[in-house]
Amino acid sequence: MAFNYDKYLRLEKMPTLWCWGCGDGVILKAFIRAVDELGWSKDDVCVVSGIGCSGRFSSYVDFNTVHTTHGRTIAFATGIKLANPSKHVVCVAGDGDALAIGGNHTIHGCRRNIDINFILINNFIYGLTNSQTSPTTPQGMWTVSQQAGNIDPTFDACKLAIAAGASFVGRETVNDPRKLEKLFIKGFEHKGFSFLEALSNCHINLGRKNKMASAMDNLAWIDSITASKAKYEKMDEDEKLNIFPTGILYHNEKAAEYCDMYEEVKKVHQGKRKTITQNDFEKKI
Amino acid sequence: MNNREIISTGNDLSAIAAVDAGCMFFGGYPITPSSEVMHTISDLLPEVGGACIQMEDEIGGVAAAIGASMSGVRSMTATSGPGISLKAENLGLAQMAEVPLVVVNVMRGGPSTGLPTRVSQGDVAQAKNPSHGDYKSITLCAGNLAECYTETVRAFNLADRFMQPVFVLLDETIGHMHGKAMIPTEEEVKAGIKLRKTFDGPAEEYHPYGVEQDEAAVLNPMFQGYRYHFTGLHHDRNGFPTEEIETCRKLIERLFHKVEAHQDEIDSYEEYMMDDAEIMIIAYGSVSLAAKEAIRHLRKDGIKAGLFRPITLWPSPVSAIRKYTDKISKVLCVELNIGQYRDEIQRASGRLDIEGLFKVNGRPLSPYEIVNKVKEL
Repeated sequence: MAFNYDKYLRLEKMPTLWCWGCGDGVILKAFIRAVDELGWSKDDVCVVSGIGCSGRFSSYVDFNTVHTTHGRTIAFATGIKLANPSKHVVCVAGDGDALAIGGNHTIHGCRRNIDINFILINNFIYGLTNSQTSPTTPQGMWTVSQQAGNIDPTFDACKLAIAAGASFVGRETVNDPRKLEKLFIKGFEHKGFSFLEALSNCHINLGRKNKMASAMDNLAWIDSITASKAKYEKMDEDEKLNIFPTGILYHNEKAAEYCDMYEEVKKVHQGKRKTITQNDFEKKI
Repeated sequence: MNNREIISTGNDLSAIAAVDAGCMFFGGYPITPSSEVMHTISDLLPEVGGACIQMEDEIGGVAAAIGASMSGVRSMTATSGPGISLKAENLGLAQMAEVPLVVVNVMRGGPSTGLPTRVSQGDVAQAKNPSHGDYKSITLCAGNLAECYTETVRAFNLADRFMQPVFVLLDETIGHMHGKAMIPTEEEVKAGIKLRKTFDGPAEEYHPYGVEQDEAAVLNPMFQGYRYHFTGLHHDRNGFPTEEIETCRKLIERLFHKVEAHQDEIDSYEEYMMDDAEIMIIAYGSVSLAAKEAIRHLRKDGIKAGLFRPITLWPSPVSAIRKYTDKISKVLCVELNIGQYRDEIQRASGRLDIEGLFKVNGRPLSPYEIVNKVKEL
């Protein structure tokens, strides 16, 4: 029997404002299936979104939902999670939101390794506001703010997340919704900061001016720039340059989670244990 | 009343007050001269089961605090003027989404980095409208050590009553002042706690923003079966984005009117030797301490001066101000800025002849400067 999404959707908010063929809907559905698979109660989940097309994600799903300011999802979510450590907190943000204006919070959310599930919807462009360059827009592509062609270098968000200290990092694409769902399930199950990048299409505001004006063309391009982690690792360096590996890219089950560590802080202040010292941590510097 | 003696600083008293008032979350970022608020509350909150987090920047500090408050716990941040500048956008979200929050601002010299370790009252105008758009700010200003405690407690109750951020303005002098204060007992404070309204009927009948035009939103804590939406966009009675013309108008008018209609619950001021005053001095914060001493000197010299000290700066206590400015010809506003509150006194009194004594070099005003100015009037 086909999966019924209705239980988790705010049906009165349908249709979404997303364009026909947008990948955001695929991500939304994968997210809902993951929540259902894990059996989370709707009352125990908080979904926090930022600004942009992905910002509307939170208003469509029937959880406790927060639509924040531009780039600040992780900062708001940190307050929500630290005040309610037993609840599930999921952030949804776009590439502009999470990697440009909100880059600082992304770095430090990863570093704290707080148990937030962070879904990065990377469509390589500022879609809602008509095609401005984002930190992931490939060099040489047309954007409305760089009509001669984008000269700004890009970076790999998952590498950033790993370097910053996220203990679960993975990437999938909207071309493979089942893999995306599985990545979400694994990430949601993980205790610690889960950085979950979903590569998505924006054929309207990235594709039209960059020779992939249909959703299918845009999706084919995403296919051409991705390879499974296993395949990626066999590639030579030249090849790797233009490929994003997919799958679980990093998973560290031992890293201390922030809310757990804060419980230790409470114990210190309540006289239940001695002060926290370097001996409490494997990593000394 | 006032039956606990404590020796402390203004900043510490503000932190102690927060915890006594039931604050369970603090999000902040270090900034002189307010950092001691975070230092102290980081020590107090975990003991009572709360949490304090030093975030990566000022924006993160206020965002975490707002997030915690959205989830239903009493929450606070503290900073100074440059921090408010950075927090402004998220303070606007808290105004729009009606999220209660206490924001302590220990004022230092500005603009920009200004005079980080020195006193100023340069953020008074900023406190009225830190963020873009229309709303009505609530701003309290402590004029002595005890009020660092009592005004912080009051700010928490007002934030929950009106469901919006409430500023507590200290200035560097008050924040770092160290001395004895008589403050209410913890039990008395706890007995006076008035938490935000909640709805306990069936979820389908719950409309968090569907309230009367002079009332604040009724926002239930998260995770308790009432799933709704927070947004900084114009929103409908359930919190969902809308551009429907009447809904948008009514929302913004309500944000304004919910405060305006209940100003009597917010007004607070002190009248010192005003009964027979022929000269009205208006001062707030640490300056009021110098003004009181100046008035005692002036009275010895036969000059009948009195002090009107607004404790609630925004919305300004217009009718109380007007009561005196309507009958006293000589009115002097004394501030550590260039007349930021004199502008409001002019507006409230309808008079443009309000005198000013202003100082903006990071140093406090001495009583003698005030005495000399009054004698010139």
